[in-house]
Parts: sequence; structure tokens; C-alpha cells
Amino acid sequence: MKKLSTPSLLALSCALLAASVAQAQSSDTIKVGLMLPYTGTFAQLGVAIENGFKLFVQEQGGALAGKKIEFFKVDDESEPSKGIENANKLVQRDKVDVLIGTVHSGVAMGMAKVAKDTKTLLIIPNAGADVITGSLCAPNIFRTSFTNWQPAYAMGLVAAERKHKSAVTITWKYAAGEESVKGFKEGFEAKGGKVTKELSVPFPTVEFQALLAEIAAAKPDAVYTFFAGAGAVKFVKDYAAAGLKGKIPLYGAGFLTDGTLEAQGDAATGLLTTLHYADGLDTPKDRAFRLSYAKTYKLQPDVYAVQGYDAAQMLAAGLKAAGGDFSKREVLIKGMEQAKIDSPRGAFTLSKAHNPVQDIYLRKVENKENKMVSVAAKGLADPARGCRL
Amino acid sequence: MDLANFLIQLLNSVQYGLLLFMLAAGLTLIFGIMGVVNLAHGSFYMLGAYLAWSLSAQFGSLTLAIVVGAVLSVIFGLALEWLLFRHFYQRDHLDQVLLTFGLIYIFEELRSILWGDDVHGVTIPELLGASIPLTENLSYPVYRLFMAGVCIALALGLYGLISKTRLGMKIRAGAFNREMAESLGINIKRIHAVVFALGVGLAAVAGMIAAPIASVYPNMGSQVLIMCFVVVVIGGIGSVRGALIAALLVGLVDTFGKVLLPSVAGMLVYMLMAGVLLWKPEGLFKQ
Repeated sequence: MKKLSTPSLLALSCALLAASVAQAQSSDTIKVGLMLPYTGTFAQLGVAIENGFKLFVQEQGGALAGKKIEFFKVDDESEPSKGIENANKLVQRDKVDVLIGTVHSGVAMGMAKVAKDTKTLLIIPNAGADVITGSLCAPNIFRTSFTNWQPAYAMGLVAAERKHKSAVTITWKYAAGEESVKGFKEGFEAKGGKVTKELSVPFPTVEFQALLAEIAAAKPDAVYTFFAGAGAVKFVKDYAAAGLKGKIPLYGAGFLTDGTLEAQGDAATGLLTTLHYADGLDTPKDRAFRLSYAKTYKLQPDVYAVQGYDAAQMLAAGLKAAGGDFSKREVLIKGMEQAKIDSPRGAFTLSKAHNPVQDIYLRKVENKENKMVSVAAKGLADPARGCRL
Repeated sequence: MDLANFLIQLLNSVQYGLLLFMLAAGLTLIFGIMGVVNLAHGSFYMLGAYLAWSLSAQFGSLTLAIVVGAVLSVIFGLALEWLLFRHFYQRDHLDQVLLTFGLIYIFEELRSILWGDDVHGVTIPELLGASIPLTENLSYPVYRLFMAGVCIALALGLYGLISKTRLGMKIRAGAFNREMAESLGINIKRIHAVVFALGVGLAAVAGMIAAPIASVYPNMGSQVLIMCFVVVVIGGIGSVRGALIAALLVGLVDTFGKVLLPSVAGMLVYMLMAGVLLWKPEGLFKQ
């Protein structure tokens, strides 16, 4: 064997030294994988979530529990068929410690599968599919948003309290819509109401005319709906154009009027919806958050920014409990489970299934804002059916 | 179902049926006259909807957007015919299916590059935004009546063109016997280009007027294409009159199905098609 020359020996030792330094550095950082929509329909939501997350990290001086945060980003394209592949990119290629994502429930299911298989920590900052913290729940899967069931169930209670006896529901024929309608039905019927008809249209079509005529003919006391985005805009406008507004009260999950008020215009005025966030909460925490967000991004925050912010808070709580050591997994998870998150929406804790136990607000559309009216359900926990944690 | 609701649903059916007719007429003409199976027909509908959205944002007027969009789409149709389709008239149907199936993907990709993947709404013009109170509880949007009006006007225009004009006579002659017509000095190539562009224009205009009520989204063409094929098959391939009757029939079955039998509504139209084919294997009006 040839003897190594002095220069190459030096070079080798330098390389070894550099590697050990890099090793030391890497244990000083936490790798956060953001898998969010950065293109397509939900792009703005993805950006708001990332902004919220980074805002909290920035407020802590750029580190959580003394650990620098290193970000890795993947655009999930809101494409369920690429969910597993994209999540694997972050887990296998970038070796992230924690996955944050996403908006679309179908994609989040793929992420949950990857998280389960690889035991990677996952924090979901939006997707509301009931099953993720229901029958698919896992020790390493957390959510900072809601289940589709939560706002809907609360609205069911509200509609019954408002002395409505019968209601018709209308939504897109897809998981989120169906879960939402089920939640409403459960709340409404628990208090003596009766859902007389469940109408649906295929996703994402917005041709409501035949069904609006049907609602008018059925003459229910109330209508409950789950639509979001362009479909929500169209539905609220069509409902008014059909002359139903003011005759049959329309209720919805908060997504009906979140981010859509500008486009809905007058047709939305007075609408009542339920969500875990609202305009005009006017708590010190919320005021501080809104000010800080507006200053940093020159944008008004929304519910998605809040959920992103809370994802960072939840991670921070876990890290703090583990003294910044990601390898103390049990302690870290326990820390997250027991955390009381001081959210702009109001403080919340996690249910056994790792979903927020939170107040659901009743909001009313006034001057293009979803103004808080009252608390529709206090400390509401998702029933987490099928979860064995 | 009370009478008022019945009448309103009838109105909805007719209006939906007329829209389907505009699409199916182009599809059946292109097949009947040129013998081309055009799977990309739905893409022209999508093109129209996206044109309506982007042009109306540009001009601030949907009416102007429809006029300009119609002209643009006819030019697009002529270009497409000249570049691609004319080379495929003599090929067999499998080649045509492959060509037009490929075009669907190309158009979707172009749409994604040009306009993105978002779902968009198009605002109904102020003038047509009102509603007419029909029953104590329900008003009917004027825009829908306007839509039906446009469809009827175009259907009458199409009928007039084919059965009453010189051009229409040449079209019919070309469809009936190409060699004979050519030997009589009719320029079949030009006729084909005109018919193709007409079909593209009809589909695009349908997309444009439907945009405000159906919204604008990726893959919208494929959904409507299936309905169009159902209409063409029920009506009898190549028959414009058959397409009209079949479109109204499909409109009725689909609308009332959604209301009366929501759980099986998606299937009813196909059951109708199967039923018609059992009874008349060549469709209601065969060429």
C-alpha cells in the first residue's frame, strides 16, 4: 500500500474535522419540513401558514428551545396522488425531524401514512379530515387546526338554539363536505332539530339552480352549507339571487365566508358561520399577534396564519419539555400533548387524539368582516371516533 | 312536487339542455360531415370559459369578452383545422381518437401554463344580474333566461345556415357524397374548415356564457364532453335535430333526477342512453 503524502494526510484530517463540526452543528439545529401548497388554488393558504410558523420562530429570536431552525420546503401542489412521494422527499432525502403540512385533506392523509411508517413527527396546520385524528390517529401525529366535525357540530347547536325545527343541508359531494354535514346533523338533532333533506353537487361544480328551487319548495326553517373558495362565493350569491336570502336563514362552516367576503359583497352581509377563529376577538394575545404579523408581512393575518403560528408553538412546547433534544422522543411528545397553547384564537389544549380542544365562535358578517358574536361551543373536543390512543 | 317548483325545474332543464345542444351540435357536425371523432371538443368549451374569465377581467365587460372570445376561438379553430385536423380526415377513427385524446392533455397543460390551476368565478353583468320573482319563495335569475335566449338564437341560426343557405347546401352535399360534390366544383376543403371552426366557435361560446353560472376550473371540458357524447349517441350520430331533442331530454332527466332521486342522479342519464340504444341502436334520428 502506498503511503499517504503529507498534504493528502492534512487534507484528510481537515475533511474529518469538518465532518465532525458539521455533525456538531446539525445537532444544534432542528430540520423542519414544510410541505404546503405554494401553487394552485390553495397557494395563499400555504403562504399564510408558513408566515405564521416563521413569525413565531422569529419572535423567539430564530430558535426554539435553543435550537436553530432549518427549513426545507416542498410544494404539495394540493395533489393527493403525489402526497406520499412528496412527504418522502422531505423524510428520506432531506432527513427532516418534523413534517409540517398541509391544507388539502387528501394530501394530509398521504403525509399521515408516511409519518406513521417512518415515525416522523407530523403537525397538521389545516387539513380537517376527521379520520386523521380519528381512526388514523397516531402518537406522532398532531393537528393545530380543527376537524370538519367541530365547527359544524357547533353550528348544529346554534341552529337548534335559534328555535329552528327543520333544516336542509347542501354541500359538495366529497369528504370535507360530507363530514361537515354529518357534524351539523349530529349537533342539530341532539337538540331536537331534524335535517329533512341532504342535497349535494359534485365537486367542484357550482351549478346550484335546481337545488335552490328544491330548497325553496321544501321550505325548511334553516339551511346549512359547507362550501369554500369560489364555490362559496357562487353559492352565497346564487342564494341571494334566488330570493332565498332573508326568507330562509343560511348557516355555514366558517370557510363559507373566510377569504371570500370581498367577492361575495352584499350577498354575504348578515350571514352566520362558525369557526375556531373570528375577527374582533380583541384579546391581548390576538391583538399582539395581528400587529406583529401585519408589521412583518404587510398583510392582515387570517385563520391559516394562526394555525401555522400554533404549529410552531406546539413544536416549541415539545422541544422545551425535551430540553431541545429531539432524540428524547417520548418526553417531546408528552410535552406537546400536555401543552397549553396560547393561541391568538384563545388558549387551547389537545385532546387524547391530538386535536385542539377549543372554543368555536359564532361569527356574523358585518362590513366585510367575520365579527365574533358569541362562543357557540366552549372547549369543544372532537369525538375522535375510532382512535385508540 | 308542487306546480311552481315543477315549472322552475322545467325551466332549468330546458336551459341546461340548450347549453348541451350548443356543444353537441358542433360535435355531431364535425363527425357527421368530416367523419372526425373529436374527443378534444370539451377543451373548446373550457377554452371559452377561460377566455370569458380573462377577457372580461381585461375589458370589464362580459358581453365584449364574449364577442372578442368568439372571434378568437373561431380563428383558433381555423388554425387547428389547417395545422392538424385536415391531415386526419382520411385516417381511420383510431388515429383520430389518439390525436384528439392527446390534444386534451396538451390543451390542459397549455391552460395550466397560461391561466394556472385555480377555480375562478365570472361576474354576471349588472344588466343581467337581476332576478324575476316566480313564486313566493323563489326568484329566477335573469342571466339564465339570457343564456337560454342566446342558445335558441344560435340554434335557429344554425338551422337557417344549414337548411336555407347556399353554404348549407354545399355542407349537406359534402356530407352526403364527398366525391360527387367535389366533381361538381364544391371546395370541400374550405367547407370542412368552415364547419370545424363553426363547431369550435359554438363550443367556446357555450363555455363563455356558462362561465358565470358554472365557474371556470381545470378539467371542466372532460366532464361536459361525456354529457355531449351521451347527447350525440342518443340523438343519432351526425344529426343536428337529434342532438337538439336528445340534449333537451338529457337536461330533463338530469335536472329532475338531481331533485327527485339524488342518490342515483349520476346514473340516470346513462340509463336513459342505454334504454334508447336498446330501442333504437342508431339513436333517435339516424343520418
